Amino acid sequence: MAEPMKIRATMQGDKVEVKVLMNHEMETGQRKDAKGATVPAHFIQSVVATCNDKTVLSAQWGTAVSKNPFLSFRFKGGKPGDKVIITWTDNKGDKRTDEAVIAAPAA
Amino acid sequence: MNNRIMDQAGSAYREVDGKRRQVLQLGGGMAVLAAAIAAGLIKPELAFAQDWNKAAFDTHSVADTVKALGGGAPAESKDIQIVAPDIAENGAVVPITITSNIPKTQSIAVLVEKNPNTLAASFDIPEGTDPYVQTRVKMGQTSLITALVKADGKYYFVNKEVKVTLGGCGG
Repeated sequence: MAEPMKIRATMQGDKVEVKVLMNHEMETGQRKDAKGATVPAHFIQSVVATCNDKTVLSAQWGTAVSKNPFLSFRFKGGKPGDKVIITWTDNKGDKRTDEAVIAAPAA
Repeated sequence: MNNRIMDQAGSAYREVDGKRRQVLQLGGGMAVLAAAIAAGLIKPELAFAQDWNKAAFDTHSVADTVKALGGGAPAESKDIQIVAPDIAENGAVVPITITSNIPKTQSIAVLVEKNPNTLAASFDIPEGTDPYVQTRVKMGQTSLITALVKADGKYYFVNKEVKVTLGGCGG
């Protein structure tokens, strides 16, 4: 099973800034192993972020996103204490959902 | 002694029976799914990843990608900003930030012209979310990075060249 993501959500003015670090090998399908056999592609295809049942970002990814992908975005309509829920799905149908509570801005 | 063996045999049988039941149930579930696919209720690709745009991710040039994403000829725009290093030492991890200042931005796509597949990522920006994304991509070699923005139904782009000293594809 896939490793958990690291999610950080903090208020920046009236917006919520989200930073996500996912754990995924993001195999391109171009690489060959020591025996010369092609390593099959294994990568995250879709990412969906929601807050208070509203989708705040959805993404589709190809193999060119780096290993252990990093993603950052900002949205309006969240407040401290709300949850940001992020789900990814990879090309093998594997899924992972993690959530983070929005933190108050750093003083 | 004999009894114990019988017990074990009995439990093994139960276990097999339980598995068979699971398999039967699973089989039933799969049949339903297969029927749904056959009936056209669920497209096979949808069953796995939600509407992953395979056609767009299979393209090999910027023009093809734009077409696959459903856009006509995009216009170059100074209202889109790409922040990326001029020289990336490691092509496997190239940090990229794209900000669009075009009103009603609906989606942002990251294209790397000389990668095996041009489209790296595409983000849908719902209302209330800033037209801003930051991520990291792989680059096989020195190439132009194109930020393609869809705003109010129209397509805009801006290019930035990133030189790569060590490729991020292959081994």
